[in-house]
Amino acid sequence: MSKLLSVSLSPHVHSGNSVKKEMYGVIIAMIPAMLVGFYAFGLDAVRVTAISVIAAVGFEYLIQKFLLKIEPTVTDGSAIITGMLFAFNMPSNLPIWIILIGILVSIGVAKLSFGGLGQNPFNPALVGRVFLLISFPVQMTTWPKVNPMNFSMVDAETAATPLALVKEGLKNGDNLSDLMGKIPSFTDMFLGIMGGSIGEISAIAILLGGIYMLWKKIISWHIPVSMLGTIAIIAAILHYVNPQAYAGADFHLLTGGAMLGAVFMATDMVTSPMTHKGMLIFGFGIGLLTILIRVFGAYPEGVSFAILIMNAFVPIINTYVKPKRFGEVKK
Amino acid sequence: MLKTFPVGGVHPSENKFSAGKKIETLPLPKSVTIPAGQHIGAPTQILVKKGDAVKVGQIIAKAGGFVSANIHSSVSGKVSKVDDIFDSSGYRRPSVVIEVEGDEWLEDIDRSENLKTEITLSKEEIIKKISEMGIVGLGGATFPTHVKLSIPDGKKVGNLLINAVECEPYLTADHQLMMEKADEILVGTTILMKALNVNKAYIGIENNKPDAISHLSEKSKNYKGIEVVALKVQYPQGGEKQLIKAVLNREVPSGGLPLDVGCVVQNVGTAFAIYEAVQKNKPLFERIVTVTGKSVNKPSNFLVRIGTSTDTLIEAAGGLHENSGKVVSGGPMMGKALSRTDVPITKGSSGVLIFKEEESKRDEIKPCIRCAKCVSVCPMGLEPYLLMTVSKSQNYERVESERALDCIECGSCSYTCPSSRPLLDYIRLGKSEVTKIIRSRNQK
Ligand code: SF4
Ligand code: SF4
Repeated sequence: MSKLLSVSLSPHVHSGNSVKKEMYGVIIAMIPAMLVGFYAFGLDAVRVTAISVIAAVGFEYLIQKFLLKIEPTVTDGSAIITGMLFAFNMPSNLPIWIILIGILVSIGVAKLSFGGLGQNPFNPALVGRVFLLISFPVQMTTWPKVNPMNFSMVDAETAATPLALVKEGLKNGDNLSDLMGKIPSFTDMFLGIMGGSIGEISAIAILLGGIYMLWKKIISWHIPVSMLGTIAIIAAILHYVNPQAYAGADFHLLTGGAMLGAVFMATDMVTSPMTHKGMLIFGFGIGLLTILIRVFGAYPEGVSFAILIMNAFVPIINTYVKPKRFGEVKK
Repeated sequence: MLKTFPVGGVHPSENKFSAGKKIETLPLPKSVTIPAGQHIGAPTQILVKKGDAVKVGQIIAKAGGFVSANIHSSVSGKVSKVDDIFDSSGYRRPSVVIEVEGDEWLEDIDRSENLKTEITLSKEEIIKKISEMGIVGLGGATFPTHVKLSIPDGKKVGNLLINAVECEPYLTADHQLMMEKADEILVGTTILMKALNVNKAYIGIENNKPDAISHLSEKSKNYKGIEVVALKVQYPQGGEKQLIKAVLNREVPSGGLPLDVGCVVQNVGTAFAIYEAVQKNKPLFERIVTVTGKSVNKPSNFLVRIGTSTDTLIEAAGGLHENSGKVVSGGPMMGKALSRTDVPITKGSSGVLIFKEEESKRDEIKPCIRCAKCVSVCPMGLEPYLLMTVSKSQNYERVESERALDCIECGSCSYTCPSSRPLLDYIRLGKSEVTKIIRSRNQK
């Protein structure tokens, strides 16, 4: 027999899944939300997104090549995702130097110092964002007004986001129904005609991406549903108890980063639990913390903090929440 | 809604190229090499020596205990060698080589095609006959069938399940058998029911074989207590535990047997072999083998005498190509890669699969991205990524407590992992270490 045959253990076939396919699937899913951001905030949004992505890929390449002296892994697409997600969480009028600092923290500290893709306990884009939020609170919370298709270079007017507006107003003793009159209609918020960070404004565009990822089996429904469900239920209860002091479920779901967080950030595979049960707990925790921070905390928005806090619980969840074993003997 | 098992599973490309290909009797080879052990259990005792003349169906090795199985000659001719010879495992094993002369069968084998439905033997006689005829599970596990039918005191069997799922991609041997030998299978099933003293049997078939489902359902109307169950196409539907869960919604307890939930599962090919053994007095010396692959000229279902060289089958299907890179005995998910193709077909060979060079190599191993896909596809509810990690770090205590021994080695985890991690390789390693540890623990 002349032919030399390969020998390996079963299985002898593979699904064709790859890290690249997963990552580029997420990137494709983010495109609708990105386009709405470009439409709403114009050239500024393009600028912030482009710089974030280029910086994320660039820093990863440079750090891996020259500092860690390992083969750079930038082609796997995960740095592009970090860059895009980071930009999604930024106001479009942020200066370049702040962006660069944020990305350096995301890639250098939150991702590579833990050992790179798969090893990082915290979502890198969020670590970068929260770092900036604490270091540059003013720049990070001044959002430009929506100005569709504005591709001029003139500095845009700024305006408070619906979340900030309501939070401030309630603090000053304003009436909630008056405040509700000042924010965009729910249809506008659903479509994305409101102030906010680049990628968070359009619920419909984000949901579209989520459906794509569900279809491609990149994410499962457990985290988004339990997180948004928790937010909706708690908000509805509070609103029912005191409609003058607490906004309803629709407000909390459509404003701020709830949608973006539920679909793209909490579902980050590296930093979320491994079992479906664990994912439900994780989503519940994020939803609960989000509402608590929004309603009772100092910041108007709590999604980023909530996700990062729950990221820290993932190892514990993975240790204690096991899948239902087949044939488990009841004790 | 089609029935299926509730957690995990994958759906690999089916690639059933040989579906619908009539069973073709392979011409008699010049010689056969019959391994003396083709089953799980005690080794056999070889009864022939060099120079002996043998007939088709003559016993040449005797079962070496209760959990063991007789081996019969598949050809007539002269024994030319009794020696240790390479088999499909890649090891040399005691084997009998017979040079073929003519095709002379033992007289008491009924070679007619007539269907014999009347079952004259008693329960005990059936089990004895099955044991004499060397019947083993033909799905690939090769566990001696008479052992499975001898129910220990205190256990009760309520149902017989016939596994006709054939969930492995590529393979079509069982499918074709059902199309051509439906009545024989149903009589075989009835014999099994009598042996087990049950009055209900289910034949589980995956829904990608609608012709077999309707053919068998139609025919089964003439037999009492046999029901055909269509199952969703979902790998590993043919896993014993998955099949029982899908058909009867009973869960075999961890570490337990189908018997613990009152079931016995037999492969459809085994049911056919039992028909031949009990009704026709024919020992198990031939079987149906699918030879297939993307580069194979003539994907086929062959009726093959045990001991025929795998080479002969490959040649009959069009031969190996320049770009053939791997030959697998069995299915693509659970089969064994052969290091050489001159090894004999045995009772457990369900298929010969030829992969092209580019299909033969695994992708580069990447770090785990914690995507949880392996967890969600595991039909046993295990955490493959974790089992691999603890097995790699030789933390065998953890390997055991995370229930590695429950793994049915279906391969769904490795199949699905985007980082191409060799999950099952490490789980197997962990399992074998844990088994050793448990054995030494029990000896103390
Ligand atoms: S761990 Fe075992 S049972 Fe689970 S998918 Fe992997 S091979 Fe199959
Ligand atoms: S499928 Fe592979 S990459 Fe995903 S969690 Fe399992 S081992 Fe890790």
